[in-house]
Amino acid sequence: MSQRKRSKGLGCSQLLDGEDDSIPTQVERRSQEQLNQKVSELVQFLLVKDQKKIPIKRADILKNIIREYRDAYSEIIRRADRTLQEVFGLQLVEIDAKRHIYILINNLPCAEGEQLCRDKEKEKMGLLLVILSFIFMKGNSVKDSALWEFLHLLRVYPGKQHSVFGDVRKLVAEEFVRQKYLETTAIPLTDPPEFKYQWGPRAEKETSKKDVLNFVAKMQGKDPKFWASQYSEANKATT
Amino acid sequence: MAAQMTNAHRRFLQALMSNGITEGSEAKKLHQHCCETDKVYYAHDKLDDFISTINSHLQPLFMQIRKGISEDDGRAHYAVVNLAETEVTKMASDYTESELELFRKTMDLIILSENGFASSTDILNLADQLKTKKMKKKEAEQVLKVFVEDKWLSEKNGEYTLHTRCIIEMEQYILSNYQDVARKCNICHSLAIQSQGCESCGIGMHLPCVRKYFRGQTEPRCPECNEFWSCDTPGVSRMGSQT
Repeated sequence: MSQRKRSKGLGCSQLLDGEDDSIPTQVERRSQEQLNQKVSELVQFLLVKDQKKIPIKRADILKNIIREYRDAYSEIIRRADRTLQEVFGLQLVEIDAKRHIYILINNLPCAEGEQLCRDKEKEKMGLLLVILSFIFMKGNSVKDSALWEFLHLLRVYPGKQHSVFGDVRKLVAEEFVRQKYLETTAIPLTDPPEFKYQWGPRAEKETSKKDVLNFVAKMQGKDPKFWASQYSEANKATT
Repeated sequence: MAAQMTNAHRRFLQALMSNGITEGSEAKKLHQHCCETDKVYYAHDKLDDFISTINSHLQPLFMQIRKGISEDDGRAHYAVVNLAETEVTKMASDYTESELELFRKTMDLIILSENGFASSTDILNLADQLKTKKMKKKEAEQVLKVFVEDKWLSEKNGEYTLHTRCIIEMEQYILSNYQDVARKCNICHSLAIQSQGCESCGIGMHLPCVRKYFRGQTEPRCPECNEFWSCDTPGVSRMGSQT
């Protein structure tokens, strides 16, 4: 229990100095109950953010949930991650160690190419998988123009509203990029500026080159070994 | 006895959360699918136990898989609810301030109404009285459409009521915030948005509950005051004149 500082006017400074030594460390002072409460709040917060696949910034976690419990931050994060894994089969993963950005990834083994998600999501994920495959098969990086040329073959056009995906340019260039499934970088010395697409950190964590190659092989009715260099790269990447 | 969570439980929970609301037979199929996928012992009649296991682990997080009955067809539905919510916080991150205000006002209209429905006209008239940001009728119509798509409201013949999902998720909130006005079904004691009422003593019942309670009775009588039940009881044959 914190001691009350006796206000006796002048001459209390010695009292204050003396008291500092006997105040327990911040972490110990937080009761288990208070910490548990924070862990629950954090789990809820992460689940809500994750529902929309918005990457979560550490700054937001500190401001909205942790607040005055800053000193117990790593303890709270650790427990929240453990709870997410044990109860939901989700894992908290830092995708940007410099800017401290997190996502939740699905820990559960995914049954053959199937994703248990809402219908609207299933189709978007289908399109995403096709894009990720294209990028991988083309050597992990493709020009913006090449990607759209490829999507033309699937009757998906950047300028035209798609019956299922709506504004496809927005979906690919904004939504998938914001969700960290894709990464887009400017190609230097191009005028007008051109962009290239690569796999984003969430794609790296949620799927694998091996899965993607198997998908392509299945679609084309060939053995994955047919693509020798992609095959060796995919098998090397199994961590 | 708190059984262990297995991947089957986690998979089931993830699916329930992403569905928003899951109908009873879908939940049963999902139960089977999860057990088979994760090679966990499956018994077709053990869904409740399966869910209890998950709930015992959700409890410290103030969350729960809750079963609710649809007011339309009486079928069971499951949703993951947040018990610690004091407001419509589940929706808070999906909608703007003015959209949330429109929803709350719509909910007011629905709960205060006789039959649990609010007409589209009445709701749209609220749109330009919003305190947060006035909404044009066209915009409000669009917002209502989104609420229906997201299963917070359901629409029938230009009238809106609360979706089963909304009722399951917000029952606590509604019962505490609309304490004096919100009706409870006399049979199942859950919140009743749409209900039939006894003209004599004023108690209310869900339509599916009415159907079940009066099945096979030719002279339906109020369970509370024993007066003749004057409302049309669907699916129940009556003797005597019918208007």
